[in-house]
Amino acid sequence: MNKPVYGLMAEFESPTELVAAARAAREKGYRKLDAYTPFPIEELTDALHLHYNKLPLIVLLGGILGGLSGYLLQYYVTVIYFPINVAGRPLHSWPAYIIITFEMTILFAAISAVLGLLALCGLPMPYHPVFNVPRFVQASRNRFFLCIQARDPLFDLQRTSEFLLTLEPREVSEVAP
Amino acid sequence: MADEHQDPHSTSQTIIAPGYSFGSVTDQIATVVLTKRTPPAWFLGFGVGIVLLLMFLLAVGLLFVKGVGIWGLRTPVMWGFAITNFVWWIGIGHAGTLISAILLLLNQRWRNSINRFAEAMTLFAVSCAGMFPLLHLGRPWLFYWLFPYPNTMGVQPNFRSPLVWDVFAVSTYATVSLLFWYVGLMPDLATLRDRTHNRFARFVYGIMSMGWRGSARHWSIYETASLLLAGLATPLVLSVHTVVSFDFTIAIVPGWHSTFFPPYFVAGAIYSGFAMVLALAIPLRAIYGLEGLITERHLENSAKVMLATGLIVAYAYMMETFNAWYTTNVYEHAAIWHRMTGPYRVAYWSLISCNILAPQALWFKRVRSKPALLFLSSIVVLIGMWLERYVIIVSSLAQDYLPSSWGIFQATRWDWMTYIGTIGLFLFLFFLFIRLLPMISIFEVRTLLPQAKVEEEEVGG
Repeated sequence: MNKPVYGLMAEFESPTELVAAARAAREKGYRKLDAYTPFPIEELTDALHLHYNKLPLIVLLGGILGGLSGYLLQYYVTVIYFPINVAGRPLHSWPAYIIITFEMTILFAAISAVLGLLALCGLPMPYHPVFNVPRFVQASRNRFFLCIQARDPLFDLQRTSEFLLTLEPREVSEVAP
Repeated sequence: MADEHQDPHSTSQTIIAPGYSFGSVTDQIATVVLTKRTPPAWFLGFGVGIVLLLMFLLAVGLLFVKGVGIWGLRTPVMWGFAITNFVWWIGIGHAGTLISAILLLLNQRWRNSINRFAEAMTLFAVSCAGMFPLLHLGRPWLFYWLFPYPNTMGVQPNFRSPLVWDVFAVSTYATVSLLFWYVGLMPDLATLRDRTHNRFARFVYGIMSMGWRGSARHWSIYETASLLLAGLATPLVLSVHTVVSFDFTIAIVPGWHSTFFPPYFVAGAIYSGFAMVLALAIPLRAIYGLEGLITERHLENSAKVMLATGLIVAYAYMMETFNAWYTTNVYEHAAIWHRMTGPYRVAYWSLISCNILAPQALWFKRVRSKPALLFLSSIVVLIGMWLERYVIIVSSLAQDYLPSSWGIFQATRWDWMTYIGTIGLFLFLFFLFIRLLPMISIFEVRTLLPQAKVEEEEVGG
């Protein structure tokens, strides 16, 4: 009967209002919700229970991989592939390897941090339904949005819309998919 | 409100001028990029940059044709200007990473309005720095021989050489700085995408922002990523100039072979870097009317960092002299004595005046609060730090052990043109940056506004 929607979007004027609204929506039982803000808001992370993410683990693994490849590269080249005997000094001269091992650790860890960030956020994603809301361009300027998605089990166009209106937003709009 | 003066975050209200809103901050910074009207001063700076860049291309073109002999490189001084300029430029870059990474970890929120262009400064300074070792190679088109790769010659770089460490340190530094800078830009590129009316600009900023939409889920991962990158960049930036100093200390040349070079070089790097931050920030805020965002507090803090690192550098000069005497090594004695009284004495005493004497004026608040004077003192420090590298490199090489193999370095016009030319490259890149990308981090400045604070009166209610 109704045309399908991605969700309902409520617009707020201040971070305080948005955080209060996000808390209220969580309390009401909504789980498939997201907020859109022009800058990171710590309290919002609390309100939406977003504390855990896998990025530190990805960076740790990247760093270990980088350090190992840096060390093994130098070991392979100086001991196996291209050994140079300088007055009988040991070929496996680990103190001289420290710097490149360190640099490769940092390099791989930093690259994994950026790639991990993009992967966990699902970016790049040039199209997203929230961009269909005309006023959403303000989300990167000075407005704060709360979106309850249609895939939430409690979602009902009529009732969810009424609920959002009780939070005193500036405006509630449907998000086309 | 009563205990607000004890809250470290309450100082954020004085970081930027009162009266700003999220909208006005966004518009003021974005307009610099999105306007059709470019200030005449921009054309002046960009024009100077292009002219000097062309001079650089001319000098480098001749270098490719004739080789490094067009520079004043003669035995025994084979490092000359090229390595001096390399060390100088890479040092300048350090302040950008210090501001973006170390001050982030230390929760110094005043950094938020200067970190973006300071990071851009880092990137461009590293680009200029990277030119010199490559041009100095003799056959610059074979630069890829610096990296280990499988090749038909069956040879590999010597991983026990500090020059190879330098290749890894500098290329890692350039890559990580670029990544950190780009991650910081993503949300602001999204702002530009949403604010521009030009279809082409919207497309380009849209692609570059990767479809950033400010989702709370993304912000939470983003904050983790920023902290991790800052944590990685902090030891990295300290390591880069340490490795650069190894180029000298690992050698047994008198005046180079010393254990305190790493901290001494890092302090000098931050010293010259903050001088460059001031030399860029002071004209920029005047041209674009950004006094409300880059306030006197930013200038004063940068001046204080300059004073502190300048004092460390002064201590290093004293220790260098003291150590030379204390070692009872005749060659170390001679190296310092030659610096003070030999053919490079003018450069030596100028660097002492520029780096130690002149910055003492920064003790006075009256000096720190006058942008024109700060600009002047930052230029003096930049010149002083260049002279410092010149004296360390050239005077030590010119007169080492055997008087029969001494030789004096004379810079040629091509040396000067290449050096001044990289300043042109720097200006060219920097002015392009301020025209095409937001020079102040918009989203981080929004967090400084008092209204960004969530008021939690109804907790539990």
